[in-house]
Amino acid sequence: MKKILISLLMALGLSGGVLASEGGFHWDKFPEEKANDLPSLQNGAKLFVNYCLNCHAASYMRYNRLRDIGLTEDQIKKNLMFATDKVGETMKVALDAKQGKDWFGGVPPDLTVIARSRAGSGGSGADYLYTYLRTYYRDDTKATGWDNLAFPGVGMPHVLWELQGQRAAKYVEEKDAHNPAKTVHRFDGFEQLTPGKLSAREYDAAVADLVAYLQWMGEPAQGQRVRLGVWVLIFLGVFTLIAWRLNAAFWKDVK
Amino acid sequence: MADFKELPAGAPVAQQVTNWFENRFPTAFDAYRVHMSEYYAPKNFNFWYIFGSLALLVLVIQIVTGIFLVMHYKPDAALAFASVEYIMRDVPWGWLVRYMHSTGASAFFVVVYLHMFRGLLYGSYRKPRELVWIFGCAIFLCLMGEAFMGYLLPWGQMSYWGAQVIVNLFAAIPFVGPDLALLIRGDYVVSDATLNRFFSFHVIAVPLVLLGLVVAHLLALHDVGSNNPDGVEIKAKKDANGKPLDGIPFHPYYTVHDIFGVGVFLFVFSLIIFFAPEFGGYFLEYNNFIPADPLKTPLHIAPVWYFTPYYSMLRAITSEMMYALIACVLAGAVLGVLKAKVGALIKGAILVGALVIVALMLAIDAKFWGVVVMGGAVVILFFLPWLDFSPVKSIRYRPSWHKYVYGIFVINFLILGYLGVQPPSPIGERVSQVGTLFYFGFFLLMPWWSRLGEFKPVPDRVTFAAH
Repeated sequence: MKKILISLLMALGLSGGVLASEGGFHWDKFPEEKANDLPSLQNGAKLFVNYCLNCHAASYMRYNRLRDIGLTEDQIKKNLMFATDKVGETMKVALDAKQGKDWFGGVPPDLTVIARSRAGSGGSGADYLYTYLRTYYRDDTKATGWDNLAFPGVGMPHVLWELQGQRAAKYVEEKDAHNPAKTVHRFDGFEQLTPGKLSAREYDAAVADLVAYLQWMGEPAQGQRVRLGVWVLIFLGVFTLIAWRLNAAFWKDVK
Repeated sequence: MADFKELPAGAPVAQQVTNWFENRFPTAFDAYRVHMSEYYAPKNFNFWYIFGSLALLVLVIQIVTGIFLVMHYKPDAALAFASVEYIMRDVPWGWLVRYMHSTGASAFFVVVYLHMFRGLLYGSYRKPRELVWIFGCAIFLCLMGEAFMGYLLPWGQMSYWGAQVIVNLFAAIPFVGPDLALLIRGDYVVSDATLNRFFSFHVIAVPLVLLGLVVAHLLALHDVGSNNPDGVEIKAKKDANGKPLDGIPFHPYYTVHDIFGVGVFLFVFSLIIFFAPEFGGYFLEYNNFIPADPLKTPLHIAPVWYFTPYYSMLRAITSEMMYALIACVLAGAVLGVLKAKVGALIKGAILVGALVIVALMLAIDAKFWGVVVMGGAVVILFFLPWLDFSPVKSIRYRPSWHKYVYGIFVINFLILGYLGVQPPSPIGERVSQVGTLFYFGFFLLMPWWSRLGEFKPVPDRVTFAAH
């Protein structure tokens, strides 16, 4: 039974590059209030360049765009740029596609618009990422020694393990509600194997910051878009009101 | 040539300027009179009559935003995806222009579907407006081509695999299919060559045809005059000056009317652009934020929402469904032989024709007939003027149960659209098969059902309540 389930999960994982969102695992809700919180976004950017930007590129994202989340060009240059010294450059990585394939079985995807691409019926892309980065567990049957509940068969090891510590997934065998002859293999919480640098709550907060950043990076203009939209709607509301009365004035005499 | 008009000395400057131009370019002034200030439109237009003007507005939005997108977009498989992100991030106001264009595509179909449904409701396709309708259907067809090819350009996963699936459909055509698909793609799979030719079609070829058709649609409309919710010919009752009694000059009455409509439309349009540009994955599909990967087929490939009713009909045609279709063809032929008032020779021809079609249906793969059904679902619209035998034009004076038929037609179309978004399922397949039969039954049986029932008396003049 377990083998069947694992192979099923594997099959899902293989195709998961495109539709990882359909893993069947319930996604947690990303704390939305972090999405527009500058300290969170800045902390997220720091986590991103330290942990993600070694293998994953964000090749449509320019470093100097980070000014939009309240950083100065100096801060960006001093604290966040490791691969280049030109602040107008995009976030590229040295890892080439062949190395990626050899090491992880696939090229690490570009993360610029990852949050936009991972949305699905389970929630927003941020919900998915928030769940995904918090559901890694130890699995020695995997080449990397890690697996993930939201992305079964994932190629990436748990990069944030130092922060979260190592965990194992507990499973229980349960009677299938629809078919008493069968049992289902149900996930029943994690077991902490080794402690991480952060407590569970601190880790969740750190991941939320990172996801907030990824979400922002997917569309840096989103804040401007919403702010401008309010004014556009106010203008159009007034315009429509005037047009409505103008129309009535013209049609008043039509009998 | 019109006579050269001299103004008396001391005429106002504005009048002199106008006169100077009118003497040198009278065509423009005539056109203004024919299409605007002296085009008499029925005064009883209702809500449904806004969508023609809105379609024109969206066309302009698409062309203008398209021009700016082309300045920064790169039609190259290696650069296309990145250039769209470049527009979204680095081009000043690029995100706005791109969202206007992507939302505009969906808005175009919304207004065009509503515009077509208006025609259906009030019999706007009936004599003498058959050509107006046919030009309109051709515009719809162009629009579908335009949208399909435009959707490949962002070069995301859905762009790529959507194009792959649809182009492969052509390969199902017997004998020429595989070569035809090759000709369309310019390669054995969707590739850089495909992207380049789709770009060319999307920005030049189809828009040119589209604009020509829009001009023909409007000229033909202004020749025969607009229909109205009562389906009454306003030209039948004219005043002493030869102006229709129930007509009203398009400008200023309908221009001011349309400005109000444009305001409402732009409000909703902006609501989407600024607050939900992806529209829950329906206007911009999530998978399309992943660059095209020819080696990774997505689990579920769905076209954008506006194609899904037709996509559902395509998927409904399974080899099992073919037997139902064969039964329909045979029933139709028997009915024709028994009921039609034609000579024995023609009856024989009907029978032989039906048998040939059935033989082909048995011989050729169901996939091909799926393509035929999908194409037929659009082509059948062209024949609408000759399918409707109702003695009145407008739904207002048709038997009440006709309204339910139209209601079910709309619900059926929406259900087909919904099913086209969903992954295939056994129940969905059955529902879409019934829906497909209903869709075609609605049109093909129209010569029969459209004349049944008790019709209400049509008034001489339009019904109009002053605002």
